[in-house]
Amino acid sequence: MAKPDTLTIEPSGPLPRPMFAPGRVMIYAVLILTSLYYLIPLYVMIITSVKDLDAIRYGNIFIPTANPTFAPWVKAWSEACTGLKCSGLAPGFYNSVSITVPSVIVSIAVASVSGYSLANWPFKFGEFFFTVLLVGSFVPYQVMLYPLVIITREMGIYSTLWAVVFVHTVFGLPILTLLFRNYFSSLPPELFKAARVDGAGYWRIFFQVMMPMSVPIFTVAVILQVTGIWNDFLFGVIYAGPTNYPMTVQLNNIVNSLQGVKEYNVDMAATILTGIVPLAIYFFSGKYFVRGIAAGAVKG
Amino acid sequence: MVFIVLFVFIGGTFWTVASSFTNIKTLPIFTPAEFYDAFVGMAQYQRLWRSSRWIISITNLGIYGSLYTIFAFVIGFWLAVLMDQKIRLEGVFRTIYLYPFALSFIVTGHVWAWIMNPAFGLEATVRGLGWETFSFDWLTNREMSIYAVVIAGLWQGTGLVMALMLAGLRGIDDEIWRAARIDGIPKWRTYIQIVLPMMRPVLVTTFVIVASGAVRVYDLVIGLTQGGPGLSSQVPTIYVYETMFVGALAQGTAASTIMLLATAVILIPWVVVEFGKKQQA
Repeated sequence: MAKPDTLTIEPSGPLPRPMFAPGRVMIYAVLILTSLYYLIPLYVMIITSVKDLDAIRYGNIFIPTANPTFAPWVKAWSEACTGLKCSGLAPGFYNSVSITVPSVIVSIAVASVSGYSLANWPFKFGEFFFTVLLVGSFVPYQVMLYPLVIITREMGIYSTLWAVVFVHTVFGLPILTLLFRNYFSSLPPELFKAARVDGAGYWRIFFQVMMPMSVPIFTVAVILQVTGIWNDFLFGVIYAGPTNYPMTVQLNNIVNSLQGVKEYNVDMAATILTGIVPLAIYFFSGKYFVRGIAAGAVKG
Repeated sequence: MVFIVLFVFIGGTFWTVASSFTNIKTLPIFTPAEFYDAFVGMAQYQRLWRSSRWIISITNLGIYGSLYTIFAFVIGFWLAVLMDQKIRLEGVFRTIYLYPFALSFIVTGHVWAWIMNPAFGLEATVRGLGWETFSFDWLTNREMSIYAVVIAGLWQGTGLVMALMLAGLRGIDDEIWRAARIDGIPKWRTYIQIVLPMMRPVLVTTFVIVASGAVRVYDLVIGLTQGGPGLSSQVPTIYVYETMFVGALAQGTAASTIMLLATAVILIPWVVVEFGKKQQA
C-alpha cells in the first residue's frame, strides 16, 4: 500500500443535474407521449359533443369545430330516444342516484360494523370467515346472477330499485369488510382496551372510539362504492327492470338505438354525462381515490 | 348480516354448480329430489364444448385475458419506473394515467367505438391526410374485433397497474438502491434483477386483480362491439347472460361454473404466496 505523495482532492457530492440532460428529456418525452394515448379519447369525446352533424360528417374527428353548439348536450339529457321513449338520459340519472345513495349507505354501514367485529371481537372461525370473504370478493358475478334472481324474487323485490340496491350491497360487502377490518386492526389496540376498561360496550366503542378515528377509511369506502355502483351496468340490466334502468344502461340504449339518423354528437354528449359523476369524484378526491384502490387491492 | 351474505355466496355458488349437472330450462330447482329428477351428469358441459359460440367466447377470453394482462403489466411497470425517477409534475401524470379507471366500461366502450369508427375515426383521418390505403377497421373486422377490445381495456386499466406498481416501488428500501449503486449495477438491471423479484407480493396481487377482472369482462364488449361483428368478439359473460335468461338455465350455469374454475386457477399463485407467508411466520 503505497501512500500517494500528494493528496488529491476528488470532487464529491452529487453532480449538478442539468435540467435538460438527454436521459431526462427522454423520460419526459415518453411520459408525454403516453399521456396523449390517455387524453385523446377525452378530448375527442368533448370536441365531438359540441359539433353539429355537418361538422362531424365533413370534418375531422380530431379537429375541434369553429362554431360549437350545446344542443347535443341538451338533447342527450332530455330528448334522446331509446326505442319509442324519448326522454333522454335524465330519468337514468335519477335512477342512478336513487340506486347509488341507499346502496352506498347500507353497504358501508354493514361492512364497517362487520369489519369492526372481525378486527376487535375475535370469535371462533374468525380466520376461516376472513378467508371466505377474501375468496368471495373474487367470485365472478355470473356465478351469483341466478341465485340472486331467485332470492330477490322470493323477497318480492325483483325488477325494482330495491333489488339493485340489495345486489350492490351483497357484492360490496366482502371487499368493504376486508377494507374496514384491515383498517381497524391497524389502530392501536390499547385504545380499544382502555375503552373496555372504562366500561364502554360494543356499540359505544364503535361509535365513540372507532368511528371518529376512521374518517379516512370511510371516505375511501364511499369513493370506492359510489364510483363502482355508478359505473355498474350488468346488475342494472338484470335486476332493475326497464323503468328503473340506471344511467349506464340508458346510455347504451341511446347509443344503440337504431331509429333515425345516427347522431354521434348526441351519443358523445350522453357518454360524457354518464362519466361525469365518477370523473368529478376522481378529480376532487385524488389522493383518497388512489389510496382506495391501493388499500382495496394490495392489502386485500 | 355478513353471515347472511356469506350464506348467500356459498349457497348461491353451490346452487349454480349443482344446477349445471341438470337439464333445467326456466324453472330453478331447490330440493335434492328435484335435483335427482333433473340430473343429467356432464351433458351440459358436453353441449357447451360442442357449441361453436362457446368455443369462440372462450378463445376470445384467452386472447383478451393474456394480451390484456401482459400489456397491462409491461406498460404499467414501465410507467411506474418512469414515474419513479423523481420527475416533476408527478401528480399531473398520475392523474392523467389513472382517470380512465374512474370511468365505466360502458363509457370506455362507446368512446373507443367512436374513435375506431372506420367511417369517421382514425381510419378516415389518416386517409384524409393522404395515406389512402391505410386501414384500421378492427371494429368491423371479424379477425380483429377482439384486439380492439384489448386496446380499449388497456386504456381503462393500465393506470391501476401503474398505481399499484408505483406503490410497490416506493415500498422498496432505499438501502437496496444504495447498495446496488455501490456495487456499480446499472439502474435498469437493478430494476429488473433486484427490485422486481422483491416486489413479488405486489406483482402477485396485481396479477390476481387484473386477470380475474379480465375473466369478468362484459360491459366493455357490450359498449364497444356488442359481441360482434357476427359472433367474433363474444366472451363467456355474454354467453352466460344469453343462455341463462332465455330458457337454457342449466347451460348458463355450466358456463358460469367454467368461469368460476378459471378464476380459481388465477387465484392459485396468490394462495401459494399467502400460504407460504404463514408458514414462514
